[in-house]
Amino acid sequence: MRHNIVKVFPVWDFDREERWLNEMSQKGLALIAVGYCNYTFEDCGPGEYTVRLELLDNLPAHPESERYICFVEATGAEYIGSVFRWVYFRKRCSLGEFNLYSDYPCRIRHLNRVLWFIGCLCPVILANAVRFLFDFYEGWPDVFHLTTGLVFSLLAAFGVYGFLRVWLMKRRLKREHRLYE
Amino acid sequence: MEPSALTEGVFYILLSLVEPLHGYGIMQKTEVLSHGRVRLAAGTLYGALNTMLERGWIRSLEGESDGRRKEYQITKAGKEVLAAEMERLNELLQNGRLILGE
Repeated sequence: MRHNIVKVFPVWDFDREERWLNEMSQKGLALIAVGYCNYTFEDCGPGEYTVRLELLDNLPAHPESERYICFVEATGAEYIGSVFRWVYFRKRCSLGEFNLYSDYPCRIRHLNRVLWFIGCLCPVILANAVRFLFDFYEGWPDVFHLTTGLVFSLLAAFGVYGFLRVWLMKRRLKREHRLYE
Repeated sequence: MEPSALTEGVFYILLSLVEPLHGYGIMQKTEVLSHGRVRLAAGTLYGALNTMLERGWIRSLEGESDGRRKEYQITKAGKEVLAAEMERLNELLQNGRLILGE
């Protein structure tokens, strides 16, 4: 039986998203499809699958991404789908431990990609916030401009929080990497 | 300056590729060789293989139609890198034994 769940994870909460997907697997719900804030599961044995997600350098249709996805699939994982540049894999736990990265440099590079992603998003949101609030004060003092400006401001603040959260994760990894391979 | 120490992962990948292997085979062989201690993840292995191909330490074997199970093998340059690393590890071991008296 299929179950459709709508759930929102900000981009900087990718680790929580992954944890949640694995908790769903523990409950006997295996991820079979993904969309924007939309997850489709089907019944499975409790803990049958491990789910991993990753932000790629390019869109999944890019030849390099396709080569990478094929490589991961050849190691026994299944490619579930993608949302923008985020890709989702699952692997049967019976086939062994499933991780996408086993070393610090790769984990740090992945966090850099996420930071770039958020870093590119934030200025766009902030510019919109400034634009709407400026318009509100300078020419269109209506509820629409004020509300939209405030919503964009709030999103920009969330973005800054997210950037800091991922940056702190990266700093912790870099410190550990100074001591361990 | 050229980095002098290989990571454990790279060392075991090179060691595994003394015979031709595909990605999953490398992961399995590394785990066996290290008695389960070193477990390479797919993303890490993919990046390492591409870097080693660029450096000429390994080569990919032709003949795989879809590229999903492409096989790799160590080159002469890769064997030289392995030999240098073993020498470095041997020095560490000798110095450690010498000073700790074991």
